[in-house]
Amino acid sequence: MKLEVRDLRVSFAGHPVASVPELTVDGGEIVGLVGESGSGKSMTILAILGLAGTAGAAVTGSVRLDGQELIGLSDARLRAVRGARIAAIFQSPSLAFNPVFRVGAIVSRALRQHGLSAAEAGERADAAMRGVLLSPDLLRRYPAELSGGQLQRVAIALALALRAEVLLADEPTSALDVTVQAEVLELLRELRDSRGMAILFVSHDLAVIAELCDRVAVMRSGQVVEQGPTGQVIAAPRHDYTRELLAAVPSLADPGLGE
Amino acid sequence: MIALLIVLVAVFAPLLVPYPADAGTATHPEIALQPLSLQHLFGTDQVGRDVFSRVLAGTRVSPLVAVFVLLISCAVGIPLGVVAGYFRGAPDETVMRITDIFLAFPPLLLALAFATVLPANLTSLTIAIAITWWPWYTRLVRGQAASVAGRPYVEACRALGIPSWRILLRHVLPNSVTPVIVQVSLDFGGVILTASALSFLGLGAQDPTPDWGLMVAEGQNYFTTQWWVVTYPGLAILLTALAFNLLGDGLRDVLDPHSRWVGAR
Repeated sequence: MKLEVRDLRVSFAGHPVASVPELTVDGGEIVGLVGESGSGKSMTILAILGLAGTAGAAVTGSVRLDGQELIGLSDARLRAVRGARIAAIFQSPSLAFNPVFRVGAIVSRALRQHGLSAAEAGERADAAMRGVLLSPDLLRRYPAELSGGQLQRVAIALALALRAEVLLADEPTSALDVTVQAEVLELLRELRDSRGMAILFVSHDLAVIAELCDRVAVMRSGQVVEQGPTGQVIAAPRHDYTRELLAAVPSLADPGLGE
Repeated sequence: MIALLIVLVAVFAPLLVPYPADAGTATHPEIALQPLSLQHLFGTDQVGRDVFSRVLAGTRVSPLVAVFVLLISCAVGIPLGVVAGYFRGAPDETVMRITDIFLAFPPLLLALAFATVLPANLTSLTIAIAITWWPWYTRLVRGQAASVAGRPYVEACRALGIPSWRILLRHVLPNSVTPVIVQVSLDFGGVILTASALSFLGLGAQDPTPDWGLMVAEGQNYFTTQWWVVTYPGLAILLTALAFNLLGDGLRDVLDPHSRWVGAR
């Protein structure tokens, strides 16, 4: 298993906000993490990145990357893992880029942070941009000059350029319109299939999860209540909450509706 | 525009001043307190010095004090504010409680207290005012840095494994200083007023330094009969303070994030 989470508990001042008994993501696999707002999805992502501490939370349990335990690693060791091996993309691409830098400067800075020379960084960035079907020229633009979809692709390109093995995608398409969303999802699929990336895809949108993910875990009030292969969870939900979520998606609960 | 004119006058003061010696130790008791004339556009003061020359030379005294006060305040206030705002917790508490102590006193009174214990000269004046001034910048920057620290791109940087000091320097700092630029230009007039007030009270510049506040102090005895001795340095203070306030307002319109957003849409 590429990424293995066991007995992960995140709490603020003794109040548990997320509890994940088991969650695994293998290379070449997209695992969905679904749940309503405030169910602890994003906190789980932060905890995996080792960033829950900066938000003031206490984390216990185990997060393993290729068998290497991440919880309890020093900040310097964790920084070498973040970005280089585990990359993350976020909900609002337009806010995830510092407006005062050209996107290329941000990409190249991140690459150099992980040991590449400026020239290598430039080459890799250009190649990665082509990999996400964007012109490398866009690297010379400022974030405000790119659309949300383009920026999200740049963020994915950055993960590609970093040769990340695991991609944590925290609602990466929620802020994008439907056609752009489809393009980004297609891109994620390609990363899984051609690069063997392990992707943890967080979303509140079951329709997207159903379409994209190989396996799915359902979270509610900080607890993982059900998980399994996507088809199985959607066809035969075992937990009431999963049924409620499914009922909230008309096209899935009643496949005949659109016909 | 007026601010630019004042800066130009300050830069070229040595070339413009008709009687350079009058800005220094020269005295001409035989022509003391003469009214305005073509030789002495603003008249002469109690020891016969050309008021016009001294007012022009004054552009290099209190405005210069203001420049150094603001430089020191920024140099101290901005780093402390950024660190407090970004790290929160203990550093934040420490820094902000210290600024609270300084901010608990009326600034002029505090500057007065420091100026009294230090020797009366321009350097002490600068230090005294700077001591009262930096906490405002710390507060301003801290608030801004705290809001920037919560923005997604800072989180994205962390997720990329960028070290804290680099995030602080490259991302939080540049996005936090815009309001300071505005505040500095607005404060320029305020510092000149404070410096003039302290010099007026005899705690700053000493005779024969052509400081506007000092000139007003020395001229006040002649105000009812020889009005020009007091009026022109007073006008210079007013004009300079006003000019930099207007400049600050203008800068705010250009740089303030809110008005910028309105303009972008």
